[in-house]
Amino acid sequence: MCIKYAMPGTYIPINYLPVAIIMLISSLIGLGALVVGLLVRPRRPYAQKLYPYESGNPPIGDPRVPFNVKFYIVAMLFVVFDVEAVFLYPWAVAYGQLGIFGFVEMMLFIVVLLVGYIYVWKKGAFNWE
Amino acid sequence: MSLTGIIATLPETLVIFLKTFIAVNILMLHIAYVVYFERKVIGHMQARLGPMRVGWHGLLQPIADGVKLFFKEDIIPSSADKPIFYIAPVIGVVAAISSLAVIPMWDGFSIADLNIGLLYILALSSIGSYAIILSGWASTSKYAFIGSLRSAAQVISYEIAMGMSLVGIMLLAGSASLSDIVTAQQGGVFNWFIFKQPLAFFVFVMAAIAETNRAPFDLPEAETEIVAGYFTEYSGIRFGLFFMAEYAGMFIMSAMAAVCFLGGWSGPIPGVPGIVWFLFKVYGFIFFYFWIRATLPRYRYDQLMSLGWKLFIPLALANIVITGLVKIL
Repeated sequence: MCIKYAMPGTYIPINYLPVAIIMLISSLIGLGALVVGLLVRPRRPYAQKLYPYESGNPPIGDPRVPFNVKFYIVAMLFVVFDVEAVFLYPWAVAYGQLGIFGFVEMMLFIVVLLVGYIYVWKKGAFNWE
Repeated sequence: MSLTGIIATLPETLVIFLKTFIAVNILMLHIAYVVYFERKVIGHMQARLGPMRVGWHGLLQPIADGVKLFFKEDIIPSSADKPIFYIAPVIGVVAAISSLAVIPMWDGFSIADLNIGLLYILALSSIGSYAIILSGWASTSKYAFIGSLRSAAQVISYEIAMGMSLVGIMLLAGSASLSDIVTAQQGGVFNWFIFKQPLAFFVFVMAAIAETNRAPFDLPEAETEIVAGYFTEYSGIRFGLFFMAEYAGMFIMSAMAAVCFLGGWSGPIPGVPGIVWFLFKVYGFIFFYFWIRATLPRYRYDQLMSLGWKLFIPLALANIVITGLVKIL
């Protein structure tokens, strides 16, 4: 990867070019498969065939059924823990240079998080009965 | 970017394009034969032969299956949310295949050697959960809806455990680039991170199985409870795309295990090319997936969630603390 600056002042993130290309190719594979399927497959729809699957019966009621609020709690906890993980990654990479200071700092952070974690556990957010 | 800039980088872009195209196509071939491999392995573990009819010992079976899927009628529920229904499997495939970009396959070769390779893979596996939730929402079917909710909750829960188990690897390697991680494991089998991070390896393996929705954590598609889960309403090649995404995800997770814990392209015997070691480890791990599937019964949903939140996350956190402590001493 020799070209970082094709012109003075014009930064081209060439390391990320293959990423853009692979995303392009994989979406072409996905869409291409759909197009080929569109060209070769038969199409004989009738009303009963187009029902959503409900074990052979005509569907009853609204398909968007009310669901357990636990799913929201899991989603919120995910945000909390994922943000924490995002703090951990750069810390882990730079740990060699941070030394004892970095260790103590991160332990404080983990302890704060742990308090919240124990609170959530005691509140029963992880129980699915 | 100016026009001169584009022209100056055109030859390189073309080379990268060709390289990527070839690599992706080889991956597709591997995915097709991972399906065959699974059917054979599971078959023999159940004292059957697996596919035998199409070609010698069923070797052409994946191709026959692929062709068949193209010719199947595409049935979309009339109440479905059409644009979202169309786009969901494509998102799944793009997220699964694009992860290949940062995997180092042999010394000095990966499609894109990003310095944030690990983050890139974790980010893409998060995007994969969009395919799940969108397909379930757009199908307007109760089974698909419940399956997608379960699956999304499962994937995001185990993603935390997986991300935290990889922090230990980053601590040891001092880098998030996958090729740096392999380089840090050079010099003998005992430098592999599986020996330095056994706890992280355990958490990673379990999280990888849950993340790719495989048995015994295949709750989202538990046939006995919710038919086929989030892709209940998908048929023909759209179903094929979801299937492809699942197996590509499995291949990528096996490659991650090989790169992060098993030394990537390095091996104990000198003279053997790196790609051989790499594929050997990847297929070993894929075999492990099948072995687990043939051995263990499925978990219950509440067991699955409490296992993730109450066991794997604390274990991964403890692993980070221990690793940090050992490295500072």
